[in-house]
Amino acid sequence: MSLLYVDQLNIKLGPVSVLKDVSFSLQQGEILALTGESGSGKSMTALALMQLLPDIAKTDGRILFQREDLTTKTEKELCKIRGSDISMVFQEPMTALNPVKTISAQVSETLILHKGETPRAAREKAQSILHKVGLPPSVVPMGRFPHELSGGQRQRVVIAIAVALTPSLLIADEPTTALDVTTQAQILALLKSLVKETNMAMILITHDLAVVANMADNIAIMQHGKIVEMAPTQTLFSQMHHPYTKSLFAASGHTVNLPYKAVNADNLLKVTHISRQYRLPRKHPFEATKYARAVSDVSFSIDHGERLGLVGESGCGKSTLTRAILGLDPIEKGTITLNGRDVQNAKADVRRDIQVVFQDPYGSFNPRHKVSRLVCEPYHLLPNAPSGRVADDKISRLLEDVGLSSTDKDKYIHEFSGGQRQRIAIARALIIRPKLVIFDEAVSALDVTVRAQILDLIAKLAAEYGLSYLFISHDLAVVRSVTDRCLVMRDGQIVETGRTKDILDNPTHDYTKKLINAAPKLPALPKGITAHAPS
Amino acid sequence: MLQYAFKRALSLCLSLCLASVVIFAVVEIAPGDPASFMLGINAQPDTIAALRAELGLDQGKFVRYLEWTGGMLRGDFGTSYTYRSSITDMIAERMWISLPLALYALALSTLIAFPVGLYAASTRGAPGDVAVMGVTQLGIAIPNFWFAMLLVMIFAIKLRWFSAGGFAGWDDGLFIGVKSLTLPAIALALPQASILSRVMRSALIETLSEDYIRTARAKGLSRQAVLWRHALRNAMIPVLTIIGLQFSFLMAGAIIIEQVFFLPGLGRLVFQAITQRDLIVVESVVMLLVFAVISVNFIIDLAYAAVDPRLRHGP
Repeated sequence: MSLLYVDQLNIKLGPVSVLKDVSFSLQQGEILALTGESGSGKSMTALALMQLLPDIAKTDGRILFQREDLTTKTEKELCKIRGSDISMVFQEPMTALNPVKTISAQVSETLILHKGETPRAAREKAQSILHKVGLPPSVVPMGRFPHELSGGQRQRVVIAIAVALTPSLLIADEPTTALDVTTQAQILALLKSLVKETNMAMILITHDLAVVANMADNIAIMQHGKIVEMAPTQTLFSQMHHPYTKSLFAASGHTVNLPYKAVNADNLLKVTHISRQYRLPRKHPFEATKYARAVSDVSFSIDHGERLGLVGESGCGKSTLTRAILGLDPIEKGTITLNGRDVQNAKADVRRDIQVVFQDPYGSFNPRHKVSRLVCEPYHLLPNAPSGRVADDKISRLLEDVGLSSTDKDKYIHEFSGGQRQRIAIARALIIRPKLVIFDEAVSALDVTVRAQILDLIAKLAAEYGLSYLFISHDLAVVRSVTDRCLVMRDGQIVETGRTKDILDNPTHDYTKKLINAAPKLPALPKGITAHAPS
Repeated sequence: MLQYAFKRALSLCLSLCLASVVIFAVVEIAPGDPASFMLGINAQPDTIAALRAELGLDQGKFVRYLEWTGGMLRGDFGTSYTYRSSITDMIAERMWISLPLALYALALSTLIAFPVGLYAASTRGAPGDVAVMGVTQLGIAIPNFWFAMLLVMIFAIKLRWFSAGGFAGWDDGLFIGVKSLTLPAIALALPQASILSRVMRSALIETLSEDYIRTARAKGLSRQAVLWRHALRNAMIPVLTIIGLQFSFLMAGAIIIEQVFFLPGLGRLVFQAITQRDLIVVESVVMLLVFAVISVNFIIDLAYAAVDPRLRHGP
């Protein structure tokens, strides 16, 4: 008998059917990956197993866990199961921990709650659990609060809470999506070793197929609330049947058609020896002020028509550098020039030659403006901005260029999906034909298929408009496909620079090698599936 | 934490200095000479000059400012122009009514608001919550002097449980004093409790949608336990802000209630002093109120840091 048997599970939120006839089973010690795009029902499945669905949810079907149906249990019985027999690790380590409680208190709470331990005994056990997940007290004292920890450390605390009582089933909902590649590799290794050590079963939810390739025993592909295909990992990778599975795999390994372009050494942007540091908060009133270096002595240039990538993990100084190039943040040393003119304290005539596309397609638009107004916002940087019919025509043409329709200009931003919003952001960046576009993690928040489409769009526009851009990303595969040359940044310094292909194929710096090794890789695609974006 | 407290204390002192300058300047600019006002329109110029000298009004502005602030630091607020008695004594006498009344009303407001807010948040959307929202809406809309009159009619005139007004003083024991402040405190507290319970409810509901609440539920905590152990403390920041504002309002804003219940409190003192051009009393009471408000804010700032460790290192 399997540990978990989900039988014809249907869930409705009001009139919307979010899970349709979901059935699967799980054995002790097995890892099942649930994969699919956002909105496909992965997280809803996890919440259903925890019986933590929203109040309006209507459940139909059975969830047999250790032969007992969870859907018929009372809330009191469920509270006993949650955290002890079934536990969960969440996606967002930054917000998954209570900010006003110490990490020790949050881990020991589980022990006190289910085992009735004394606070002192619970604290001692919590210490050993935290040690086991890679947070020894010598490195991270138990009295620390979540905000004093890095993202990876916080995720370890969340895992410690989940595995404190060695549950039979661990559900990990996108446990590494918010983390850097090297941290992701560490957390995945930790989860894998925990499964092996305690023989618990794990459901790993992720949209990243490369992550599950090395982890899962079985993979279930979800689309629109249904499991469309489920098979052992090896089998699935070698002989996938469902068209959606195929398109998902194709999108994951998608490369765009953007051949390498050699450019003349003719500097468009020139960054020379720039440095920027931030003051750290003082612990005592009379302590000497300390500084953290965000960017230290960085120099590079982008030539006309060049596509430059910038790779690095969070905290490496990418954002500070971006803000400095945009002239939003002052720099302490060095100069940044665009076509020979200083961008710091620049007026509109220099500013309008640099535009930016940000990461978050939801937060970067004013929700009360129509698309036409959002797209032509940069017009205020022009001395003779087009208006009336001319402006309208330009907006329509640009919307069509980025793959939307000209009728979209009278809509509001909430009427668009994440991918469409990113297209609008690109249209906004291009409307005044800037000399340089900065893509700041512009595809990081998107699903694989949408990401593939946006990358194709960037490649198409790069060819059509002859764009020069700085493409900032933590994802090496993405940088490989859309840039000619790239910089690798670490601790505020550029550690390696060169042709993208050369750097990624033959890295010389240890850090670059580490990054490349940590990045999860897809197995070779089976025959008959080409790496083209689904339409 | 120490750094944070030090910074807040420094800001407290600076605010007080700034406030004293502003209050002094405003009273200086205000039209009307206290000496001529006290002596009436038929007074001789030399009599007025003599009185001005006696009151110290003939000295330079800077000297008078230093004398005023220096006196306050020693606990000497000077002499009232109209009553010719020590302002320190006058304020002390009123303070024994206003401060207990404000604290009493604040305690009542908090004691009512916490359970009501918790109840409404935990039964969000249910009939109980809807009822709480309706009643508190009414509590905010109805002015407190109307409550005061209603309370007098029911508890003083009909039931004769309390006296209709006046203050018995503290000499006859704590109970008698508290009893005579009970009706005014309730009248002051009800609207404040309505505001506070709504703030409490919305802060809790917002906190309950946080990711860490879901983590706590996944640990096996029940809805109620999550509310108490994880949501309450996180929802305290807006609640503390409102409590701070309410104390300031209750100290100075009780003037109408003081009138309704014939209580000789600080509000009444300021009102009389203003109508009689007793500027030095106005200055002193206002400065005292400013001191009380800024001190309360300082305490609230420390409470923020106690509740939320992220604030301890300050911005």
